[in-house]
Parts: sequence; structure tokens; C-alpha cells
Amino acid sequence: MKKLSKIYVSAVLLFLYLPIFVLIIFSFNATKSRSVFSEFTFDWYIRLFQNELIMTSFRNTLIVATIASVCATVLGTAAAIGINRMSKAGKAVVMNITNLPIINPEIVTGVSLMLVFVFFAARMHLEFGFITLLIAHITFNVPYVILNIMPKFRQMNPHLYEAAQDLGCSPVKAFFKVVLPEIMPGIMSGFLMSLTFSLDDFIISYFTSGPTSQTLPITIYSMTRRKVSPEINALSTIIFLIVVIVLIGKNILENRHAKRDKAM
Amino acid sequence: MKNIISLQNIVVDFDGENILQNISLNIRDKEFVTLLGPSGCGKTTTLRIIGGFLEPNSGTVLFDGKKINNLPPYKRNVNTVFQRYALFPHLNVYDNIAFGLKVQKLPEKEIRTRVAEMLELVNLRGFEKRGVNHLSGGQQQRVAIARALVNRPKVLLLDEPLGALDLKLRKEMQIELKRIQQSLEITFVYVTHDQEEALTMSDTVVVMNKGNIQQIGSPVDIYNEPVNAFVADFIGESNVLKGVMLKDCLVEISGRQFECVDKGFAENEAVDVVIRPEDVQLIPAEQAQITGVVDSVTFKGVHYEMLIEAYDFRWMVHSTKAAELGSTVGMTFDPYDIHVMKKMKDETF
Amino acid sequence: MKQKLIAAPYLVWMAVFIVVPLLMVAYFAFTDGEGRFTLDYIAEVGKYTDIFVRSIWLAAIATVICLVIAYPLAYILTKMEKKRQSTMLMIVMLPMWMNFLLRTYAWMTLLGNNGIINTLLGYVGLGPYKMLNTEGAVVLGMVYNYLPYMILPLYSVMEKIDKSLIEAAADLGCNGARVLAKVIFPLSLPGVTSGITMVFVPAISTFIISRMLGGGGNLLIGDLIEMQFLGNSYNPNLGAGISLVLMVIILLIMTIMNQFDSDDEKVLI
Repeated sequence: MKKLSKIYVSAVLLFLYLPIFVLIIFSFNATKSRSVFSEFTFDWYIRLFQNELIMTSFRNTLIVATIASVCATVLGTAAAIGINRMSKAGKAVVMNITNLPIINPEIVTGVSLMLVFVFFAARMHLEFGFITLLIAHITFNVPYVILNIMPKFRQMNPHLYEAAQDLGCSPVKAFFKVVLPEIMPGIMSGFLMSLTFSLDDFIISYFTSGPTSQTLPITIYSMTRRKVSPEINALSTIIFLIVVIVLIGKNILENRHAKRDKAM
Repeated sequence: MKNIISLQNIVVDFDGENILQNISLNIRDKEFVTLLGPSGCGKTTTLRIIGGFLEPNSGTVLFDGKKINNLPPYKRNVNTVFQRYALFPHLNVYDNIAFGLKVQKLPEKEIRTRVAEMLELVNLRGFEKRGVNHLSGGQQQRVAIARALVNRPKVLLLDEPLGALDLKLRKEMQIELKRIQQSLEITFVYVTHDQEEALTMSDTVVVMNKGNIQQIGSPVDIYNEPVNAFVADFIGESNVLKGVMLKDCLVEISGRQFECVDKGFAENEAVDVVIRPEDVQLIPAEQAQITGVVDSVTFKGVHYEMLIEAYDFRWMVHSTKAAELGSTVGMTFDPYDIHVMKKMKDETF
Repeated sequence: MKQKLIAAPYLVWMAVFIVVPLLMVAYFAFTDGEGRFTLDYIAEVGKYTDIFVRSIWLAAIATVICLVIAYPLAYILTKMEKKRQSTMLMIVMLPMWMNFLLRTYAWMTLLGNNGIINTLLGYVGLGPYKMLNTEGAVVLGMVYNYLPYMILPLYSVMEKIDKSLIEAAADLGCNGARVLAKVIFPLSLPGVTSGITMVFVPAISTFIISRMLGGGGNLLIGDLIEMQFLGNSYNPNLGAGISLVLMVIILLIMTIMNQFDSDDEKVLI
């Protein structure tokens, strides 16, 4: 039984990782062949960094993702605080609408936002570009921020806020001294989730960006439409490495936290 | 002694439900007052009104003679020990206790001495740097008390503070709380549903039920002279029987007449009769007015608890001697152990 | 009381960028270019029934394959010791962190006529087989991309199953297989339903996977919508109509899925 499990897990992992490893191996291949490895080279990496388009879109992605996730976190945190105080019925309505962008297929969210932007573009001086892209990203990020924070309110001892007031804090001060530290983990994970989704998003960006605000995923898409571009292999390898480093770092940090909590 | 807190005709409605129906209560300075009652009786609501977390729909709240109905909690000279403590999980023991003093922006040195005093008072010296989540229930309890008391409130409110502790620890903390209250000479308003806790610690017990105050009195008075069947039944175990007051000092229970000491009822008035289990004396069946069959005998440590099935009532009897299971025994009681009380309007407890 | 007001900016945002856009889709679906009410576009969606059927069919196959692969895996994961569980879970989820365009591109290079698989087969004298630009490749792409979405909810539900329940079932005479059938499977149903929706919804609406792995011949609903907005056949009214029908299909499927959930609790990841 044990052996069978091991074989099974290995098979699934092979399925998940094989394509990625193939990409990585061929990123060092001197020829453009995707099946025969001829000679080792770093050429594709050098070309990647010399590629103006990729570097510009990479910068765009960073800028949009950072601004969008910060805005979404502020907007979403304020929203979560307010929603938490709403009546049951009001809360239900708002949360159902908030869930819509999560439940809806991304293509529908993208298309619906595009329709709104087209409408505004015709009537105001709005062009498809950085602003529309930013609005779209904030829109699909805020629900995740709210969903990350709401459970923290539920887990919190409801008397904490009262206790702070009982000890002399005004309601505003009580919020900052006691409630905020309690929901901070939710805010942080909401922010990180937003950042990853923003960095990674293709479909919604595809419908809401303009020619001047191409993000990295959009550039990758146009590169895959061309027949063979081994720079993508190089890019994949770099992104894979970054993901591995970030995740391992996160794991180490979490383990250290867990250990410290236990030691106390 | 003067009244420190005075509640006058307080009414609280919540979602159309009547939580407090016109209650009035005076709490004297330096007194240990316990609000006692089953859950949903309004005791916690009363405490929240004093703490400032809830505004009554009508009525007046006086503190030191001044009306404080809309004074927010952070401006009241009252502190609270919350149910489940509500310690700030992101702060350590020292910072939890120092919280109120830091909010007041007291000088660092004074904060340090006052927190140290408090840690001394609650026997937690050396725990300053501990995270509050790494304390036992009893220790968390002490931190919560210290955090409230360090602000030197005139009144300390405690909302079922010992509910989460085990029996032995609860008994220790009861004595500890009483000691702290006496040494600091401040008023404690204590909420509990545990009658034993109330009787052990309080100067005054306020028995509440369904948003009304049933009785206010010293523990001895409440126990010995309950004003109605609810109080009698809630404070300790009781046999509550239906009876008829034939005339002054003569009551009929179970079709038999008994001498008692109660006067002032109408002739043939239907009443509730309360007899404590420990006041029932077992005698041979042939000498007794009321007889019954012993249904169960349970050893309780100090005494045996027996259930005796008489023809219209199941009696609870406490005695140091066990009767034989299934045997027929007689029961009798002294006139002053028979407590006759007016029927309650509302008989749903 | 005033705290409610702090949600106001979001409520405005929500109205303008979540509610209005969806109303806009409905408006475009039911009007023509001049804003007159019409059912023409909704009726026109009927012309693409074959594409809808293919999308639902391929997404359904991919979902079932995901479930079949993920269920044993999630179960094996919960059986591991705690510390290994979190490491394994991280390893399983790691590919999902890579951009899905890159993941899909990887399969393009594997499946192509001169791709690695065909080259390797060539060495033993087989093939080349046409693998890229087939329905099979599209299903494979869906399974590959969305498998983690199935594993995660299944794992998190199974992991929460009280171990004493399993012991109780064993105590009451269930053998391993019966414990699985009578205790673990019923209790893991919320994970199954949320896994199914999490795989099915993106699978049915994708246009990348079909375009990259399916070639031109395997259009899905997503391609159809994309073509009406950014493609050659610009027609936002028809695109809105198709989107609306897609939303209704998904709503129906989610309602059916929710019927299986006895609890109201949703597994939110």
C-alpha cells in the first residue's frame, strides 16, 4: 500500500513537473530545436535581457501590480471593517456581489469591464491603457482582500474592542491599537494574494489594457503566437526559480514562526 | 454608606425583545455585589449598562450621583474583566496590564511601578515578558484582573470571570478575588450563574430572572428567606410544593396540615411551599404524616442524596444516614423550615 | 454606527465596476447597435450550439479526469505525517505559481510534430503522431493547468475530517474500504463539489488552452467571446449575448453542485 502510494504521488509529480523541466533544459540549448539538445549556451538569457519589449512589459507589470494591490488592500480593508458592522441582510447582499468576480469566469469579468471602458472612452477622455488596466486589477483584487480579512473579524474575541475602550481608548484609538493588529495577518495575506494575481493575470488584462500598457503575460502571449522563441524558455526558467526561492523562503519563515510560538 | 452606582427604572429592548423590564438597583461604595441568575436573565446586560457598552432605552444610570447614561466607556471610572478575559493577543503580560496607563500617557516610571504592584497583587511576578496565549486559564484570569485594576477604578465589573476554570481553581480564585476586593477597598460588581460562587463572595446578592430583579439581600437572607419559589429553587436545591395557607401559621401540603411560622396570607390562599432537602427529617413511616418510597440513594461525600417518591411529589432529601432503597420512610420538618411564599405570577421557570 | 460609512468607497467601486459592467453585458446582449431592444443576438448564439456542446463536453471530461487523479492524491497526502504534508502540498502547488501561459507553452513544445515525445517515439520507430491541435491536447492542457484547483479543496476538506471519526467507524466494524466509502467520501463531498466548480468554470471559459493546444479547429466558448471583442469579427452585442449564456450555464451548474452540499459552508480557498 505504502509503495503504491509512493509510485502514485511520483507519477502525478512527474506529470506536473516534466513540462517545466523540459522548458528549463531547452533554455540552455544552442539551437532553436525543441527536441534535440545540441550545445549548452546562455544566449537566450542574454537575448531576453536585451529584449526591449519584454523589459518594458516587465516594468509595467511590476508598476500595475504594486499600485493595484496597495489600492485594493486599502479599499478592501476599509470595506471589510464597514461590512463587518452591517446588518445581516446588508452583509449578505454586499458579500454576494463581492463574490461575483471570483465566481464569474475571468473572461466575463474582462469583457464586462471592457464594455464599461468603451462606454466611458466614447464620452470622456479615457483611453485604454494604464488607467483602465489599473482599475481592472483593483476590481478583481479587492474581493480577495475582503475575503481574507472577514474571517479574522469572526475569529477575534468580540470583547477586545470593548476592552480597549474600557481601558480608556476612544473608539478610533481602540481600533488602531487592538483591532488592526488582530486583522493584520488577513490584510497581509490579502495584499500578497492581490500582488500574485496581479503579476500573473493575463485574461482580464488582455481585455482592458491598451497598446502602451502591455504587461508581461500579454507579451508572453504574443511571443507564444510566433512559432519558436527560446527566450520564453529562458524567461520560464527565471520565473520558476523566483517562485521556488519565494516559496521556500516563505516556508522557512513560517516554520520559524511556528517554532518560536511553540518555544514560548 | 453612599451609593456609588444607582440604576433607576432601566428598560432595555433588543430586537423587540424585552431584556430588562424596569429594574432599579443601588450599589453601595466598597461593596461586593453579585448579579445572579440563569442565562438570559439580563445580568450581563445590566453589567454592560454600568460599563457603558449599552445605553438603556429608558431609565437613569447614576455614578457618584451624576447621570452617566451617554458617557462612553473610555470616560468612565469603571473597568471590566471580560468573559473569556479579552486579553490582547498581540501584547505580552506587561503590555496588557500597562495598556490603560499607556493610553493615559502616564510617565514610564510610574507605569512600571504600578504594573509591578499589580503583578505582585495577582501573584504573577516574573511573567512580564510572557505572551498571553502561553498562559494557563488561571494566569490569564489574573492578568485580566490586573489589567483592569491597575487603572484604579472605583468600580470593577466582572462578567462570569471564573466560568472557564476548573472547580479547584475556581474555588481558589473566589477566595483570591475576595481578598483583592477587601485589600483595595473598591466596589466589585460580579456576574455569575453559579449560586455557590455568589453566596461565597458577596456582600449583597441580586437574584435576577427574565429581565427582572427577584430579590436583593445578603447571602444569608437570600438562602434562608427566599422571597419566592424561583429564588428558593435557584439558590440551592429545594423541594417546591403547591400548598394552601389555611390560616396564619398553618399550611396544608399534600393534603396534610403543618404548623409553620408564616403569617399575613389570605385564608385558603394558594401558595408555594419551599422545604430545603437538608431540612427534611426521616422518621419511621408509622409516626409520619407524609410517607414515601426511597427511589434512589446517591452518596455525595458529606451526605447522601435521596429521592423519595411520595404519592403526589418526588422529594429530595439530604441526610448523613442512608435509608434503604425501596423501603418506605416517613418525613417531617420543623415549623421554621417550612418556607411559605406567594405564588409567582409567571410560573414557567 | 459610523463605522459602516468606511465601506462607502468600496460600495461605490463595487457598484461602478462590478454591478454596472454586468448590467452592461445584459444591456448589450439585448440591444442592437442603436440601442433598440432585440433578441436577435441571443437567438444568434443558437448558431454556435456545437461550440457550446464541445466546450461543456471537453471541460466535463477534464473535470472528471482531475477528480480521478486528485482524489487519491489528496487522500495520500492526508495520510502523511504533518510536516511532510505541508512540504508535499507546496511541491504540488508550485507549478501553479508559474504563469499559465508558460505552462501551456511547455506542452506545445512537448506535443508538437517535432516535439520531444514524437522525437523519442521516432527513435523506437513509432510515429510521428499528431498530438498538438487535437481535442485530446486541449483536455490535457485543461487537466494540467487546473489539477491543483482540484487537489487543494479536496485536501483541505479531507484534512479537517476528525481522525476519531475514522477510528469510530473502524471500531464499529468498517474495514479500510468501507471507512473510505461510508465516512471519508461523504465527508469530503464539499471538497469534491468545490473542486469541480473550481476546475469546470475556468475550463469551460478558456480561450488560451484551446488556441495554443487546439489549433484553429477546436474553438471553445472563450474563443468565440474573444473573437467578438478583440478578434476579426468585432461584434460586442453578440459577444455579450454569448457571455450571458455562459454565465447562465455556469450558474445552473453551480446550483446543481450546491444541491450536493448538505452544509451551507462553502470551501473557500
